[in-house]
Amino acid sequence: MLIKHPDDILPSEITPQGLYLRRRDFIKTGVGLMGMAAGATLLPGPAHAAPKTAPPFSTAQKSPLSTTGEELTPHHDITNYNNFYEFGTSKADPSRRGDTLQTRPWTVSIEGLVRQPKTLGIDDIIKLAPLEERIYRMRCVEGWSMVIPWVGFPLSSLLKQVEPLGSAKYVEFYTAVQPENMPGVRRRVLDWPYLEGLRLDEAMHPLTIMAVGLYGEALRNQNGAPMRLVVPWKYGFKSGKSIVKIRFTDKEPRTSWMKAGPNEYGFYSNVNPEVDHPRWSQARERRIGEILKRPTLMFNGYADQVASLYTGMNLKINF
Amino acid sequence: MQASQQQLALIKAALFLLCLLPLGWLIAGFCADVLAINPFGLQDEVLGTNPVEFIIRDLGVWALRFLLLTLCITPLRKMTGMHWLLRLRRMLGLFAFFYALLHFNIYLGLDQSYDWGEIAKDILKRPFITIGMLTFALMIPLAVTSNNAMIKAIGGKAWQRLHQLIYPLSICAVLHYWWLIKLDTTQPAIYAGLLAILLMVRVRDYWRKLRQRY
Repeated sequence: MLIKHPDDILPSEITPQGLYLRRRDFIKTGVGLMGMAAGATLLPGPAHAAPKTAPPFSTAQKSPLSTTGEELTPHHDITNYNNFYEFGTSKADPSRRGDTLQTRPWTVSIEGLVRQPKTLGIDDIIKLAPLEERIYRMRCVEGWSMVIPWVGFPLSSLLKQVEPLGSAKYVEFYTAVQPENMPGVRRRVLDWPYLEGLRLDEAMHPLTIMAVGLYGEALRNQNGAPMRLVVPWKYGFKSGKSIVKIRFTDKEPRTSWMKAGPNEYGFYSNVNPEVDHPRWSQARERRIGEILKRPTLMFNGYADQVASLYTGMNLKINF
Repeated sequence: MQASQQQLALIKAALFLLCLLPLGWLIAGFCADVLAINPFGLQDEVLGTNPVEFIIRDLGVWALRFLLLTLCITPLRKMTGMHWLLRLRRMLGLFAFFYALLHFNIYLGLDQSYDWGEIAKDILKRPFITIGMLTFALMIPLAVTSNNAMIKAIGGKAWQRLHQLIYPLSICAVLHYWWLIKLDTTQPAIYAGLLAILLMVRVRDYWRKLRQRY
């Protein structure tokens, strides 16, 4: 398959990560001084567990498949505005309550229509393939978007480990359920465990990755630690978080969101400005950090790479 | 408990400032979060990561809250005998309209960039937008007639009938909120419950009146 390379981003255009991560100190110092002047005290920011910034996350190779020419969404926004209903339905719940998730030991079982079913430990999975930095747009079905520098590896390199059978047509992805650590699963707002799925060719596509980090550090729990799917041309909910099981099947999976709203969430859920959600338009999106909305791009701007997967399909019917 | 003219004026002034607090909070948050002007040393999380959406939602919820507060006045007055409460109702109702007006305008400007074609499509195609527009449209005649001159011009009886529009429009407001939620409808359900109680009180009073008459 021919994968066209997007225009290259100049390394000089990328803010160095260290500088980037310190930018808030600058603001805080300024605000602190103003606060002192006003006789007010500045409350300390929320404490976060020190993220793992050691290699391999920080030494990930830059990928030519990265999106170029777009400003990265601030780290703080990516880690504090999340939909991860296992921790609650508000955007702040995952970062507030995510600390309890147990991410070690962590195994991922890969099973179903495969020659070699396997259960792999997360630390071994991370070593399977060289980690890459993949900068992708992320478009949420709710109408907002981010640009995220993921650290991960192509999903195909993991799937090849188990030698899928010829009869395998789809791949299912199951998110962890830890009732004592995930307060959100005590309410049945979705059918737990969270199930997402891809067609096999979508799963094997070079743009589809398993992310284990972002901004050069290990993934935080609210972003789907220790490993989550990233399918950049589909709405965000297709990219299941905290994956514990991958299953090959010959039937189109009925995903958690399809069960919750069969008319609202289809199996494909490709980003498509021309196919509206029944209750809101998908023509535009608000990029986090911007005030006005911008037009949404077909396949989230990855049409050159992925449109051929859907040749001849009616995307209004297969939404 | 009765209130003197002077006390009432004081209460009204205090209530007016209180009603402006939600807006003040949003403005302070916008200054701190978006413009990085933060004289009060607020933490940078007032409006969160998606400030425009936060502002639109918050203004809408406050419009709904003020509608419900407006509807609380009559039952409260009857329960407590504090008839001066009635004199606060107009202000609460007008603040409901004020927050709805801001909610509506920020949707037009920041969500739709005043793209009238898109807005028209939105109204026609999205039930939650349709009903939101209907709610706002129904509020306009009530806001316009919320002054003594208009009451005199229309006549008390007709004015009262007109202002009963608050009942259906409050139901529309709750539906507008309900239909926009993706999955977890806990919040709109709470408002629906409160509204149901406030409407039941009216139904009960109406039946009592009918019974007394016959």
